[in-house]
This record gives sequence, structure tokens and C-alpha cells, in this order.
Amino acid sequence: MPLLNTLARLEAVRSGRARPLATVRHRHLSGRPLVLVPLTTSGEAGAPLGALVGTDRHDPCLLVIPQPRDRDLRWEFLAELARQVMPYIDAYADDVEPAERTETDPETGKRVKVETELCVDAPQLIVPSRAGVEYVRLLGRSMRFRRTAEEDPENPYPVPTQVPLLGRWFTHLAERSRVPGSALLLSATELLARHWATGQSSVEDQHLGALLAWIAPPGGENGPGTGAEAALRAELARDRDGQLLVPPAGPATDPAFDNKLLAPAMARYDAARAADDRDAADRAGRTLRELVEGQLRPTWDAVWRSLDLLRALPAGERTGERWTRDRWSYTAHRDRVRAGEPPQPRRDDAVTAAQKLATRETEQVRLDAQEALDDPLVMAGRRLAGEAFAGEVTEVVMEWSESARPRPRPLVTVVTEDRPQLADGAAAKVFRSLDGRPQAAEFVRFEGAGGIVLRLLDKMGSGREPAPGTVPEKGDRLCWTLFEHDARGGPKLPDPEQTPWTHGGPPGSATAALPLPDPVTDGDIL
Amino acid sequence: MSSYPPSVPPQTTPQTTPLRQRLADLRGPAVPPRPLDARALAALAANPGCGRRALLDGAGVDKTALATALGSPSAFGQSQFAIVRGNSFEAKVKGDGGAELLRLVHEHLGAGAEPPGAAALVPDLTAAGPQGRAARTALALREATSAGAWTLLDHPMLALEVAGSPAYLEPDAVVVHPDGRWTVVEIKSFPMIDGGADPAKVGAAARQAAVYVLALENTAGKLPGAAVGHEVLLVCPKDFSNLPTAAPVDVRRERSVTRRQLERLTRVEELAALLPEDLCFDPARPAEELDRAVSAVPAAYAPECLAACELAFHCRQRARAADEVGALGRSLRAELGGLGTVGEALAAAAGAGPAEDPTAAALRQAARLRAEALALAPARTPSEDSACPC
Repeated sequence: MPLLNTLARLEAVRSGRARPLATVRHRHLSGRPLVLVPLTTSGEAGAPLGALVGTDRHDPCLLVIPQPRDRDLRWEFLAELARQVMPYIDAYADDVEPAERTETDPETGKRVKVETELCVDAPQLIVPSRAGVEYVRLLGRSMRFRRTAEEDPENPYPVPTQVPLLGRWFTHLAERSRVPGSALLLSATELLARHWATGQSSVEDQHLGALLAWIAPPGGENGPGTGAEAALRAELARDRDGQLLVPPAGPATDPAFDNKLLAPAMARYDAARAADDRDAADRAGRTLRELVEGQLRPTWDAVWRSLDLLRALPAGERTGERWTRDRWSYTAHRDRVRAGEPPQPRRDDAVTAAQKLATRETEQVRLDAQEALDDPLVMAGRRLAGEAFAGEVTEVVMEWSESARPRPRPLVTVVTEDRPQLADGAAAKVFRSLDGRPQAAEFVRFEGAGGIVLRLLDKMGSGREPAPGTVPEKGDRLCWTLFEHDARGGPKLPDPEQTPWTHGGPPGSATAALPLPDPVTDGDIL
Repeated sequence: MSSYPPSVPPQTTPQTTPLRQRLADLRGPAVPPRPLDARALAALAANPGCGRRALLDGAGVDKTALATALGSPSAFGQSQFAIVRGNSFEAKVKGDGGAELLRLVHEHLGAGAEPPGAAALVPDLTAAGPQGRAARTALALREATSAGAWTLLDHPMLALEVAGSPAYLEPDAVVVHPDGRWTVVEIKSFPMIDGGADPAKVGAAARQAAVYVLALENTAGKLPGAAVGHEVLLVCPKDFSNLPTAAPVDVRRERSVTRRQLERLTRVEELAALLPEDLCFDPARPAEELDRAVSAVPAAYAPECLAACELAFHCRQRARAADEVGALGRSLRAELGGLGTVGEALAAAAGAGPAEDPTAAALRQAARLRAEALALAPARTPSEDSACPC
């Protein structure tokens, strides 16, 4: 953990309240996000227990499976989830604006601009925690290979068309969430932990209730207890029957809830169904719905409170630029679905995997740079690490390049208390943001106490005299970075057909076929 | 009673009571020892620096009861759904005389041997008490190794000496290959989806299996022709079904870590020698007395303990009360070097730290930069509409 964040945690311990880690919001938040709070059955992969889903915080849709081990009920649940989520995802598909994209012309091999369209906005899914993101990935995997009656008339268990579609979208969102700075699928705990430091460890920060208690203790600023006490209560306090006062944010449930409340209610439901007693089954089903809702509702409210807290922060200037990348991602997947491409394979081929890794690395560099430029508090961390420095301009000496058409190359002396990782005799470039665009300078030498002499290299216009406002003046306070402001992509990767033998060779024709759905076996039901 | 070790050097204390008696005294005269299981042994390896855990586990103290008596009950519990699922999956894997399980072992670790057929042996391992079962298992292992046939040992009992007292361990299954090789089989109910499983869960399973491998190696060492495979077979449900699938897991690293930890557990003797004679962890004793007793043994709390140790909430409370930076995480503590408490670190940040300490200087610099950035923040125009401009 960077020392600056460590310091914030220490301050939080002392004050009993969370301390800011950011002065702006570093992720785009949709005006109309879809919140999904899933719960799963312990020990059973892909057997959901229930979920709250919706875009209206006052009116969530409650989905409950009274017997998660019953395959038919599970499939009903997934079909209903698809009915709830797919209209939201599809709602952004048709509102488009013209855009340009560079593509490699297959014949000439040149990079050419192609007219295309870009969705004006994109869906945003918010789950409570990191585990929730992984659950979305799991649900996506369990649904995307399912077959509809149309695709496979022989299939004894066909699903509505929207189920495999939701599977593909969930897979896409989960995959996109691994790209640093992306915002199509976010978790409340990660959002909060990015913007606030608590007086507990990052392990404990994964508990949404505890994390929120540090940031906004119940009772507000002047409430009775400290955040630390409230967090402890959220984490551990139980009622007389041994049930947690603040249920876990899921998808896993608390074992005490499973054993004392859920299991007996489920047994009653099973017994009523076995006895073919409709009324009793309905009653037991209603009890189960209430039980599951009781576990989901506090988390649902906590997610929305988290969003309120985050919305109170002004958006970082460059979050919009990153959201545009998310819109491209959404548009591209929309196109793949519309073009009738098969669902994402079980495993990526070598080229796709390498491409994904390269994208994540590039985006990480971009995110690190953009967050620092957007937020002085993040920049302070980079300055502490010697990757940036801020100071006052004490002298500007005009000089020109030695060529037929001399260009301005002024020497600027900046005095700083920071200790950037620059060394005399070593060539280094530094950058500052000039109206949002990076201006480069070259490190010349150290001078006196804290003085750094730089030579400006660009963005001063085309004439002999620099354009007004492009050269700093004495007394200006500037922040220079040793890192570039934009990320460069890595080397180009070969086409999948050109995969070298070291990476498994070109994909065989077998993988081109539609991936088979998971076989349905008797073993699915315990 | 002082919470500090007696100033008398340990060698001068009369060593009349052997270690076992000493540990029984620590546990409380009427309290039966809680047997060490593989999970506890594996967890020891997760936090080797913790003397408190080493001593309490070594003495067979019931930490769950102790934590409850201390007023910080542990939050461990298992959902009955998970238990039912685990048991039913294991039964399915071992059904039909273990045919499916043997097939999986042959498929993944068969090394060219004949596939196991109907001739595979499944010896009966029932016996009275853990000692009897361990002896029965040792006999079955010897017979199976000399028989040269595929043999499945269902829930064998293995003995491993830990800090001078035997611990009895019960793996899900051990398979003896025709060539005399023994393979530990670990059956877990978390799914393997598209050939991959949750790395945290696989890691825990590997640490647990490594303990079994260690215990088996002791037996195999006395038996010519026997060898223990360092690859264990992890059997999990495939994708979203209840059908078993398997993957070999190399546990050499976990095995050597655990072995080193277990060897170091002789420390229990030294730890015990440093404690006052009348110290006792009997959960029936009053809380204040237990609190003093527990405080007398040094702990190394880290947030990771919360997932592995029953006493973690108590240790966390103490670490927080003592202002220890370790309660905030291991990496954070490492970063702060010699500054062990939150108070010291904040004092250093305020400029009152030791002058020549580089950590203190860095903290001071960090505090200056943080204050400067936060002062700048309100000057920025907070946007009325927080939605993004796109």
C-alpha cells in the first residue's frame, strides 16, 4: 500500500472515522444504474437463492427460489432474472451517435478510419462486493451455453431466448470489470475503498456494512459512536437468536441464518410440496421470500447509500473519457450479439488472452496517470514516490533551437520541496498538463536548493515566438510528472490464424463449432 | 500474576514434569485435549510467528470454547447445506466400490499402470479408537503395497507426531497404486469450472493435503517399496453438475513449509517453559484470569488470522487496544518499519519521530503532501450535477 494511503488509514484509526483517499470521484456513475444483490446457496455452485434487482431504490424486484436444489425452480429464476435485466441492457443499444474507428484494412494492411456508430450511453451494473462480481461471472458462465427451443428442438430443457443472452452479457460485463478503470460492472466495496481509507485492514474492508459504518456512521457526523464502533457492530453484533444484525452482503449467507431459519423453512416447503398441499406450500414459500428479503434488503439499501456518498464527490475530469471506452466496449459486444456470433468460449485462445492482458496493462497505466492528473491527492502519492514534483517557477530564460528556423526552447527553473527521481547527466523527460494536453520538457540540471532546470520542448506554436500562455511565468505553480499522460498500447498481436506454435498454434476447426451446452444429468439434483 | 515471563532462566526451573503433563496442566486438569486436525496444522503454517496459536494448539486447548469464555466468540460455522452437499458429493465419488475414484486416479496419476478393474481392493479399516484405526490403516497400507494391486483406503487414519504428542488425521481417501505408490485424494465440493477452481480454496486444500502427505511419508519410510506421491488428486464437482472431475496438485512447496513449521513446533516446550507454573487455559475459569493467561503468551496478530483462527477476534481487540499497526495489515506494518504503534507513526508524521529514521522522514513528507493536497481540494469547484459530461 502506498505510504500516503497508509497515513490516511492511521489518521482514520485515530479519528474513528474514514479519511478521504480522493478529492474527486474516479469512476463514472450512471444516472440510472442497475443494482443487483444476489444470494447463493452454500456449497452449491450456480444455485442462486434469491436476488434483489432493479433501477429504483424504493422498488426493487425480489426473486426467490424456495428450493434452490430444484432444477426447474432454478431455471425459472434465471428466466425471470433475464426478464428483469435484459430490457435494461438492451435499452442502450439503439441510441447511437456517429463515430470513427481506426481499423486495419485487410487488403492493404494500412490503418484506415472507418465510419461507425457508438452507443450514446451504456448500462451500468452495481453489485455489493468483489464476490458479487465473481458471482455475475459465474451466472454468466452457467447461462451462456444454454440452448433455446429454436436452436435445439431436441433439447428436453429449452430455455427462453433471453437466458443465454443474459449469460453472454454477464460474461462480457464480468470480463470488462477486469479492465482497470472500467465502469460497466462495479462493486460498492471497491468503489468506497478507492475513495476512503478506514481504520481497519483491507481484509475487513470487504464487508460492505463495516466499510460504510466507517465512512458514514449511523447517526451522521454528530452521531453517538465512532465509525470504528459502528463497524464492529456491523461486523459481529447478533440478536438474541444468534442472527447477525447486519446480514453479510453476499452472495454467501451467514451459516447461522442457513441453519436456524432457512433450513427449517425450506423443509416445511418441501414437506408441503411432497404432500401436494398447495396452501401450505404457498405459505411456506411466502415465509421463505420474507426470510430471503430480510437478508437482501439491508444490503440493497447499503449499496444505494454507497452510491449517494460517491455521487456527492465531483466527477474526475477524465472519468468521462474512460466511460467512452466502456461505451465502445458495450457497442462492440452489442454488434457481436447482433451479428449472431457464438457465445464467448469456455477458454480464450492464445491471441485473445494476450490481447486482454495487454489491454489491462495499458489501461492500468492510463488509469494511474489520469487519476493523478484529476486529483491532487493522488498526485501527492506520485510526488511522494518521486514520480512527479510540484513547485514554483523562479526563472524563465528564453532560448531557441539551433536550426535554420529557430524554435523556442525556453529554460524554466522550478523550485520544489519534492524529491523527484531525476539524476544529473541522465536524460529524462517530464510532462505537465497545459489545458488538458501534455507539454513535454527535458530535465537539464539541478540548481541550488531544490531548483530544477527544465527545457520546454513543445506546444508553443509554430513561430519563433512562443504562443501566448504556453510558457510559464515567474511565480506560476506547476506540477510536472515523470510519467507520460497517455498510455501507449503494446506491440501488435498476430491474427488468431497466425498464432505461433509456442502458443498452441492456430485454433483448430473444432473450436470453431458452437460450444456444446453443459450436459444436463441426473447428478444435477442432489 | 505477572503477565510477563518469570525472570528466572528456564533451565533453572525444575523440569520434573514432562511436556505432556505440562500441556495437560495448561489445558486444565479436567479438559480432554482437542485433537489437532489437518486444518489446524495447515493453519499453523499460515502464521508461523504466532506463539499463542502454537502453544494453544500444541496443548490441545479448545480455542472455540476459550474464545467464547473470553467474550470474543469466533464466527466460524458451517451451513448445513454445505455439509449435506459435501457429504453427498463424497458419497457419490466413492460409490460403487470406489470405481469412479480409482478411474480418476488412474486417469490423472496412473503413470501407465493397468487400469483398475473389479479386482481393486477396498479393505475394511474399522477399528476401535484412533490408535486402533491408525494401526489398522498402517497394516492395510503394508498389505496393499505388497499386494501390488489398486487399493482404495476409504477414510484411513494417520498418525503424525506433533510437538511430542500424536495427532490423528483422517484424509478423505488414500489410493495405493500397483507400483507401491501412495496418492492422497482430497474430495472438495467447490466446483471446477472449465478446468479451473477458486485459487484460495485450492490453496487451502493443498495445504491440508500436504499434512496428510507428511503423515504418510513417516509410514512409508519404514516400508520398503512404498513411496508417497507429491502430487495429490483434488476431486471436485465438474462445472455446475454433481459429476466428479479431478486435477493433480503438486504439494511439494506446501509440504516443505508445513514440515518446517512442525519441526519448529518443538518451540511449544520452550514457550511453555517460559510461562508461570499455575497458568491455565481451562475455559471454565473466570474471564479475567483467562485473559491474563492468554496475554502471557505473545501473539502475532494479522488480519489474515480472521479466516483461520478461532481466537482472532480476541487478538484483534487486543492489537487494536494496544494501538498496534499490525492490526491494519501485514504489508502496512512492514512499510512502517520500526514504528510499531499508530501513535508512534502519527507522531513521526507530525515531525516528532526519530530524526535519522528514513521511515519517519518519509511519513513526515507524506503528511506534508497530504495536507497540501487536501487544502487544495475545497478550492476546486464542486460540480452541481455529479453526472458525467457524456
